[in-house]
Amino acid sequence: MSGTEDPGLYAYRPWPERAPLRWPDGKSCAVWVAPNLEYYEIDPPAHPLRKSWARPHPDVVGYAHRDYANRVGHWRMADAMGDFGFPGSVSLSVALCQHHPEVVADAAARGWEFFSHGIYNTRYAYGMDPDQERAIIRDSIETVRAATGQTIRGWLAPALTHTVNTMDLIAEAGLAYTCDLYHDDQPTWVATRNGPLVAIPYSLEVNDHYGFFVYNMSPRDYADTLVRQFRQLADEGAGAGTVMCIPLHSYLIGQPHRIGPFRAALREIAADGRAWITTASAIVDRFQEQLRP
Amino acid sequence: MNLDLGYLAYPRRQAGYDHDLYAWRNLHAAQRVAWPGGARLAVWFCIVSEFFPLAPADTPFRAPGHMQTAFPDYRHYTARDYGNRVGIWRLLDALEARGLRGSVAMNVAVAERYPALLAAMLAGGHEIVAHSTDMNGAIDSSLSAEAEEAVIAETAARWAALGQRPLGWLSIARSQSFRTLDLLQAHGFAWCADWVNDDAPYPFANGLISLPLNHELSDRQIINTTQATADSYARQILDAADCLAAEGGRVLALQLTPYIMGLPYRMAAFEALLDALMARGDCWVAPGDALLGAWTG
Repeated sequence: MSGTEDPGLYAYRPWPERAPLRWPDGKSCAVWVAPNLEYYEIDPPAHPLRKSWARPHPDVVGYAHRDYANRVGHWRMADAMGDFGFPGSVSLSVALCQHHPEVVADAAARGWEFFSHGIYNTRYAYGMDPDQERAIIRDSIETVRAATGQTIRGWLAPALTHTVNTMDLIAEAGLAYTCDLYHDDQPTWVATRNGPLVAIPYSLEVNDHYGFFVYNMSPRDYADTLVRQFRQLADEGAGAGTVMCIPLHSYLIGQPHRIGPFRAALREIAADGRAWITTASAIVDRFQEQLRP
Repeated sequence: MNLDLGYLAYPRRQAGYDHDLYAWRNLHAAQRVAWPGGARLAVWFCIVSEFFPLAPADTPFRAPGHMQTAFPDYRHYTARDYGNRVGIWRLLDALEARGLRGSVAMNVAVAERYPALLAAMLAGGHEIVAHSTDMNGAIDSSLSAEAEEAVIAETAARWAALGQRPLGWLSIARSQSFRTLDLLQAHGFAWCADWVNDDAPYPFANGLISLPLNHELSDRQIINTTQATADSYARQILDAADCLAAEGGRVLALQLTPYIMGLPYRMAAFEALLDALMARGDCWVAPGDALLGAWTG
């Protein structure tokens, strides 16, 4: 299905002509939070198409900054989410289950959902043959099951690295949703060789990495961005429900100058009354019940 | 293109880190550091004082803030030198006017070139942190072991010739090799501030101590990289203070660059920030050696 011009993943649908899609209790915008719980290797093998680190290994600032998540930032972020009723749907570098099982156990104890973000965020899928990619998918399923008892239903490719087979292979493995496609503010069906997948909006443009390291926002500007994103989508979602994801990295949002403004944004979104605050799986299930491929 | 099979091998997929440099901990589960006087928050002002030679060496890399145009880059040479001639005096004055002591992470070349600055810094009770030789003294793993050790040994020797023995080290751009922690310990240093993974001190495996000097809160990051105003910088630091003081036992580290924060139009915002921090009433302002002393108890 995949071509070199159009990857052939989904059909075009004009925004004003969407079929009715209802979220529970008359809510207009489904809001899900995707904490990326990651492990970056200090000395990963070289990949021919992408460097892991800007600096020769060890890239002390790059590595230590990300390590901050697993020592400090995670609990700040998780407590903020918990205080305002936002569950996590975790994008997990599954090797974190080996390196820092305490962090994974904390997320599991909070009742969060897990999906795979690859083995490490320093291992890229570009150039993998189908059997290699099957191996990281199988590893992901087995590792998360052993660590948490959960069977993952979703995929966010490691460091957003794909092959033209990725969608076919995650469908083949029985996964239900992908977070890798950024073409819409509603879930959409994705055609694969192995049956349909759901693309759930991951709202990459309001990812904290984009906010802080692409757009160089101050913490308060980022918090304001989240509220504005939500209000627009809530305004538009009365008939055909919209989705907002808040994709996070606790080495960014869990920094001391950012957590206060972030808490204020969550408080405001929760207090608005139009948010269905939920998990990725719940959104995918509601979508699948109402709209056929 | 196909990847070889080794790309899916994970030899250090194990409990703990994929290195042996330090142990994992959850800061929130660790014992809170008790700062003197029951302070909720330790505030560490760490001014960096840098000498950029007119000809960048680029071995192993060009330091942030270094020359940018074709030789001779008088524009950046002099704009950086402004920091040592003017900006740092403003920052030291602002601290001293409030009875505060901080650290100066200084290239030893600055101390040699500008003895009046070194003398004033010492007279103010500020701490010297070794910050390599000059801004051509960067290290990373592409340097040979001998070349790296020479940078660290030469820095220590030149400070000793000035009668000083700094116990702390800050690498240029916080860049280290896998050897650096052991070399710093072998050359008599007690701590370094390169590893930005914590908000409190912690020990490396070899006994050297890590002091937290958050690069995200540096004026270079907030003002130069994210292009924020000094007012926004001050707001961000005060928000950070709220978070860290609420948790207790944390360090609020302000890395200050004289040619950035010490510009005339930024000083009022910086001084207002100092006053706002002091008005909290829960901050203990200390240089690195005092932080280390309080942490060891």
